[in-house]
Amino acid sequence: MVETALPRPGLPTAAEILAPSPGVLLRRRIFRHWGLLAGALILGAVLAMALLAPMLAPFDPYDQQLDRKLIPPIWHASTKATWTHVLGTDQLGRDYLSRLLYGAQISLLIGVSAMLISGMIGTTLGVLAGYFGGRVDMVVSFIISTRLSLPVVLVALAVVAIIGTSLNVVIWVLGLLIWDRFAVVMRSATQQVRTREFITAAQALGASTPRILFTEVAPNVINHLIVVATLEMAHAILLEASLSFLGLGVQPPTPSWGLMISEAKGLMFFDPWLISIPGVALFLLVLAINMLGDGLRDVTAPENRS
Amino acid sequence: MLAFAVKRLGLAVLVALTVSLITFSMIYVSGDPAIAIAGEGARIQDIEAIRQFYGFDRPIVVQFFDWLAAALHGDFGRSYTLRKPVADVIFERLPITMILGACAIAFALLLAIPLGVWAAVKPNSLVDRFALTLAVVGQAMPNFWFALTLILWLGVTWRLLPITGSSSWQNFVMPAIALGYYVTPAIMRLTRAGMLEVLSADYIRTARAKGLRPRTVLFKHALRNAIIPVVSLAAVLFGFMLGGSIVIETIFQINGLGYLAWESIQRKDLPTIQAIVLVLSVIYVALTLAADLLNAFLDPRLRVA
Repeated sequence: MVETALPRPGLPTAAEILAPSPGVLLRRRIFRHWGLLAGALILGAVLAMALLAPMLAPFDPYDQQLDRKLIPPIWHASTKATWTHVLGTDQLGRDYLSRLLYGAQISLLIGVSAMLISGMIGTTLGVLAGYFGGRVDMVVSFIISTRLSLPVVLVALAVVAIIGTSLNVVIWVLGLLIWDRFAVVMRSATQQVRTREFITAAQALGASTPRILFTEVAPNVINHLIVVATLEMAHAILLEASLSFLGLGVQPPTPSWGLMISEAKGLMFFDPWLISIPGVALFLLVLAINMLGDGLRDVTAPENRS
Repeated sequence: MLAFAVKRLGLAVLVALTVSLITFSMIYVSGDPAIAIAGEGARIQDIEAIRQFYGFDRPIVVQFFDWLAAALHGDFGRSYTLRKPVADVIFERLPITMILGACAIAFALLLAIPLGVWAAVKPNSLVDRFALTLAVVGQAMPNFWFALTLILWLGVTWRLLPITGSSSWQNFVMPAIALGYYVTPAIMRLTRAGMLEVLSADYIRTARAKGLRPRTVLFKHALRNAIIPVVSLAAVLFGFMLGGSIVIETIFQINGLGYLAWESIQRKDLPTIQAIVLVLSVIYVALTLAADLLNAFLDPRLRVA
């Protein structure tokens, strides 16, 4: 009898009470999304590698020992391979595992810093354009199209070459160049939120514009922001590697994965593992970040799943 | 349509002008260009002479408009190191980069469109999963590392293709793959999404109900409509690849614009760098303009003036 009783208006039905809360549903979606989990796991591992590098690294990444150079990694059927240098040594006799561990620091540092700078610029521009529309939107759209027409790698290389190469220069140049996707995505996300009723309600209550932007708009666009942030972090890491590979990024002897590939380029026909080890590391890191980003998009907006 | 075209053209010109301003100001990023050219240990008189020779002593506004006017006439000044007019060098190298870009986009389209169509016809099938995996993996692969790996396998281990230079068509195969694979996922995703949308449209059901062959429905009715946005995306990506070919050209030592850019950057040859950035940006602006106009022409809903 209870089951068939009509629910009284205003009170939740039994089914509604028993239904899992949005938070539980979100957690469930996260733990069923293997791509997201795998991405988070690999990224976590690389992060741990980077943070614990001083403890994990068996050798000093800068220490050159020319009498033990070009030892192949342990899986090579060579008599020179030794457990002392699991991933072997490079052309200057530096332990490759140690350089790889410290290289994770550089990649993540540049990825996160450039992403924060570009995120700041792009989000500000995008939210302003999306919220105010009209002239502001026209100006911002114009700035975005101008930025998109500049070839990123070329401009980054040229500017770094003119100013001089250093870690800070690379971070700032990349950060100032790759904000376009933040701006584009935040603009359209804000445009969608702006027309909702709670924004009108806040405006009618007399809330100030900064207050509306931070407490009404921000929580509703943050999921888009996180997704773009992960993708742009991966983008920045790839760009740093390209710059370092061309000799205009991080400078030797700093252990950067792109630079490691660049330095081993001449030897790759004889010792191909010299480029495949940092290459695979780079690939896995970027893959993990992208999978995390795609996964976050799926679980926070399941209706938009492609 | 005309109002939209005029407005869009005006925007493109404005963007090109802004880009030229940014490009011009690159010369002042490092501070005094005369000192930079003179190099270390130059005497004051030498620096002064260079300043006058290149006209750095004039007001910046005058310098900019002179430079812009000359650039509009196809005169980008003289290279600091090649002792030739920059325009000559650029128009010598540009066709090679264009060919490389065309090969790369052709490779990307040939791979992406069939995969995208196939994935859309059988969503969530094995092919769809494979295409999706390929997209995710492709976007994570550093292009310089992929290029080196290609050289190692196709060039050295199996000796199928030449690894450097640009003398024959075989030289362009590996660079085109290395350059093109990166844009493949975007084209594939757009083809798949477009096909999924079109295939659920009423006119497709009508075509099927009329008893047309599945192949006719798929290629004549569905793909023709789904391909429209892909064409304009391909145009934009082509421009994007011209700018990105610097890494690939450097690795394969293809004597195109990208390699010239890298050489010029190494030599701090600013007029050449400026000209390359400007030329590539203007090509990109022109391509996006063409893509937008084409889209608006084909789909009147996009003509929002």
